[in-house]
Amino acid sequence: MSVDIDTRVPDLVPAGVAPTGPPRRSLVSRLVGRLGSTAVNVVVAVLGVFWLAPVVGLAVASLRTTADNSSTGWWTVLTEPSRLTLDNYAALMRNESVLHSLWNTVLITVPSTVLVVVLGALAAYALAWIEFPGRDWLFVLIVALIVVPVQVAIIPDAKLFGSLGVYGSIAAVIAFHVAFGLPFAIFLLRNFFLAIPKDLLEAARMDGGRDFTIFRRVVLPIGWPAIASLAIFQFLWVWNDLLVALVFATSDNAPITYTLREQMRAFSSNVDVIGPGAFLSMVVPLVVFFAFQRYFVQGVLAGSVK
Amino acid sequence: MAEVALAEIGKRYADGTRAVENLSLQIADGEFLVLVGPSGCGKSTALRMIAGLEDISEGTLRIGDRVVNRVPARDRDVAMVFQSYALYPHLDVYDNIGFGLRLRGMRDKEIAPRVNAVADTLGLTEHLRRRPASLSGGQRQRVAMGRAMVREPAVYLMDEPLSNLDAKLRVQMRAEIGRITRRTGVTTVYVTHDQTEAMTLGDRVAVMRKGLLQQVAAPQELYDNPVNMFVAGFIGSPPMNLVEGVFTDDGGVLRLALGERNLRVDDALLHTKPGLRAYLGRRVVVGVRAEDLRDAALDRADEDTVLTAEAELTEALGSDLYVHFSLPVPAVVSEDTRELARDAGAEPQHERADRTAVVARFSPRSTARAGDRISVAVDTARLHVFDADTGRSIH
Repeated sequence: MSVDIDTRVPDLVPAGVAPTGPPRRSLVSRLVGRLGSTAVNVVVAVLGVFWLAPVVGLAVASLRTTADNSSTGWWTVLTEPSRLTLDNYAALMRNESVLHSLWNTVLITVPSTVLVVVLGALAAYALAWIEFPGRDWLFVLIVALIVVPVQVAIIPDAKLFGSLGVYGSIAAVIAFHVAFGLPFAIFLLRNFFLAIPKDLLEAARMDGGRDFTIFRRVVLPIGWPAIASLAIFQFLWVWNDLLVALVFATSDNAPITYTLREQMRAFSSNVDVIGPGAFLSMVVPLVVFFAFQRYFVQGVLAGSVK
Repeated sequence: MAEVALAEIGKRYADGTRAVENLSLQIADGEFLVLVGPSGCGKSTALRMIAGLEDISEGTLRIGDRVVNRVPARDRDVAMVFQSYALYPHLDVYDNIGFGLRLRGMRDKEIAPRVNAVADTLGLTEHLRRRPASLSGGQRQRVAMGRAMVREPAVYLMDEPLSNLDAKLRVQMRAEIGRITRRTGVTTVYVTHDQTEAMTLGDRVAVMRKGLLQQVAAPQELYDNPVNMFVAGFIGSPPMNLVEGVFTDDGGVLRLALGERNLRVDDALLHTKPGLRAYLGRRVVVGVRAEDLRDAALDRADEDTVLTAEAELTEALGSDLYVHFSLPVPAVVSEDTRELARDAGAEPQHERADRTAVVARFSPRSTARAGDRISVAVDTARLHVFDADTGRSIH
């Protein structure tokens, strides 16, 4: 009987020697690879600059005097950064109409977002997890509503709001936004909720939960990424809306988009008001986006089943 | 703690399919009952009807002294362990276990000692603040158990709780479940497709097939006296060997013709199975457990009870030597054997093969190896006999 003992010693490499990587590729293929990734980076960078230029321009213009803005382009700031001033923002803070409409935007956007998320999530839960006759047809109908363009509803809705006596009010604008936000919200959330393992809901049912408890304690926390995404979309859409505001809001109840447009129409050279106003109206959605964006990529379900 | 009584329970779906038919079971207080059967046999549906997750189409379900057909799951005082564990991913172990108590309006002060006690029993104390995602499979399984235990329910329902674990852990958790249920004394209904789990855990085992209950009995009884070919083939590992044969009365001596062999059968068989007299001279299915086939080379055996064959494959397990061979007898093909083959993952036999595969469990001292000519002694007193048409046991 013989015993085989493995006496081979793995090849040792002296410290400080670069490890040899995977088999070397040919010079050409490496060049092409390097060029390819460089090209992609260049394209991405160019696109980024294109996208950012107007925003940066707006930000800079909002920090320059009217005289400067009318005589030279914003990019001259690169050579003369000392000419920037916060005067425009100070003036804006004293501008009743812009501040008022900025506040109106908040008054319109926050309820429009909250209502769509809350109603949408409740409806989505029911459509996903509660059995009732006609459920699937109802869902099909709601999905069909997604494709109805806003424009076809404007005149009938204006008449409806008129006869209800709410035309021109903030409530009318909110109602319109909610009505048009809901179908997509329900569609998105229902599909997301359906992807939650059925066992989880059944476990909660066995643990003593009624539908609303299960919704609040299980489905909402797990569905948080989808809800956050939806909230961002809805928030941005309503915040940036001009069309609905133009039709349904009187100037007293108008949001910032409406007022900025008025300013532009009346005094097109009025950069000292439009600039900071527009920039402020952009900052809020950006803050919202960056605050919630991490939920887009979060895998909350990991480890729950199996 | 309560007894569970199913009386003629049935489940019909809207499209007319019947998942469970006429299921009657009386589960005693504190009993561990295992529902076992191949996939699609209705065992999970039956469990879900007891849980209240599935409507009961027919029959009456009692838990304790209440009829609970229309009582929602949360009010049935039952707890369930899911195959997937179904842990809440957004809650840590502590909150997962305490979730049910919290939903029932219990205060934190009352919840804490109960959760801690359960965590202690299950060895989860140091993991209480971890989320399910960072737990191992075995730990998740324990949390799922803890969630059921903490509620101190009248009945535990377990739906294949071990099937997501690897083999070693499964054995360990199986023992743990047995210990916990025995200690708490809570009535348990346990669903599995694994007959080893069924045999080791159950006080009684209910075998189901295609929505119909086949047999309920204690594990040993089920093994020793299966009521039909299906139960015979399903319970036991390796499964019972089934071969066609004919019994004859040869001048007061009972004989069994297996292909060209004619074995002398122990008279005891006629005493334990008097019904066999009616089948003399008729084709029947003979069942032989692997352990009732011994190596005739090791002990002296009556020449008249020995089969000879060529060993095709031997598996030495240390404690036993499994010897596979085949007999020149047409294979038994029936609805039962097809279903059993499907369950074992084998191709169902459509045509009648002219040889029947047989497994024998030899002593490890046997020197039989693949290719050897072997002599197999049949313990004829322990044969099982089934009606070839109905598959029912003859006794």
